[in-house]
Amino acid sequence: MGVIVVEGLRAGTDMLGVITETDKTMSLKAKDDIPIGHKVALKPLKKGETVIKYGEDIGRMVADAGVGEHVHVQNLKTKRW
Amino acid sequence: MATKSNGKPAKSGSNLSFHGWRRENGRVGVRNHVVILPLDDLSNAACEAVANNIKGTLALPHAYGRLQFGADLDLHFRTLIGTGSNPNVAAVVVIGIEDGWTQRVVDGIAKTGKPVAGFGIELHGDIATIAKASYKAKEFLQWASELKREECAISDLWVSTKCGESDTTTGLGSCPTVGNMYDKLIPKGIYGVFGETSEITGAEHIAAARAATPEIGKKWMEVFKAYQDEVIEAHRTDNLMDSQPTKGNIAGGLTTIEEKALGNLEKIGRTCKFIEVLEPAEAPAAGPGLYYMDTSSAAAECVTLMAAAGYVVHTFPTGQGNIIGNPIVPVIKLSANPRTVRTMSEHIDLDVSGILRRELTLDTAGDALIDMVIRTANGRLTAAETLGHREFVMTKLYRSA
Repeated sequence: MGVIVVEGLRAGTDMLGVITETDKTMSLKAKDDIPIGHKVALKPLKKGETVIKYGEDIGRMVADAGVGEHVHVQNLKTKRW
Repeated sequence: MATKSNGKPAKSGSNLSFHGWRRENGRVGVRNHVVILPLDDLSNAACEAVANNIKGTLALPHAYGRLQFGADLDLHFRTLIGTGSNPNVAAVVVIGIEDGWTQRVVDGIAKTGKPVAGFGIELHGDIATIAKASYKAKEFLQWASELKREECAISDLWVSTKCGESDTTTGLGSCPTVGNMYDKLIPKGIYGVFGETSEITGAEHIAAARAATPEIGKKWMEVFKAYQDEVIEAHRTDNLMDSQPTKGNIAGGLTTIEEKALGNLEKIGRTCKFIEVLEPAEAPAAGPGLYYMDTSSAAAECVTLMAAAGYVVHTFPTGQGNIIGNPIVPVIKLSANPRTVRTMSEHIDLDVSGILRRELTLDTAGDALIDMVIRTANGRLTAAETLGHREFVMTKLYRSA
């Protein structure tokens, strides 16, 4: 799961991603307009799949998301409620 | 603002010190308030009148104090007495509707050795009470105005933390900055505290593992479970999706309570363990170290409880821009959200948004926060202080009798 750290990201933008722990970089293309602080799928996520952030379970996909798509309340939900 | 040159200056060295007021009981304060403290809601008007008469004193109006009982009443007294006892307070005038409970607060604060006087309104009325209390407040204020700061070791500093209006940038930037500060300062003998019982939901296993012993971890889990059973489950009418995460959290990109909790817990760093579980507003008594306090996650309630436990500086990471302050404790705002830093700059003391742009390492950000904590302890007014944010909010456990 990636996080957008720039403002006003538009669909179609080529993004530079950084893995903060290792300082490794990657590139991918944004498929949606994604606000700052919001998440982007780094790999295809299927409905029902567990989503990992901080190395921990943060919930389950309730709809699919492709690489570069916005992941938020429309497709991700806590397993708690 | 936040950015400093790279390298590690003396900020995390062993000779850290600040200038504060050493109080009668040995604790050190970083502010020198003379507080006009109402016992109950009825006494707010008199307290505010005294604070209006005597410029430089501080009234702390609040909503409660009548017909409370049991644990709720205990918490009410603990919060009032703790607030008056906080070393950021030089002296206190207590005003209550009647003498009995007023005296109970006076006696509690008097244990610190600081000047404190109480006034009951019944049999006198507001006007005579205001006059008598104003004379006393003037005496206390002039006395306090001549007290001098002295150099104190960093180990005399008690620093609390709680975040608000969190978003993804808090979990990745501002909360780990606080964690980095605790990782550096707790080994130097400071007292720290974190709380927000409900907002650890989803990361409770991680919090329990950060207890110093399995017994403390078990005690923590009992407190967490009690909050779930007695507060959340007992009162929820829906699945809490509208409250946790908040609308502000969701706007900031946080999707689930687990995601919020994991970011929240970044505030306790990588290495420190918490050494005791505190009741709301309970003063820590197990020596220096990091504590956990059972608090609500509402900012003003939580900061008020931590101030009542004796903490003198508060570090407050925010993402979307929570603007809370506290009347007696300086609340330092830090944010890693560049939009918040830009659109609400008057509320932010420390800009750590460089972390997310690879311009600032966590280590450097932690040092910058330590620097800001020390500057604040030395007297720099926080954004919240300059803007008049004095949210003093008592926690109420249940309905009154």
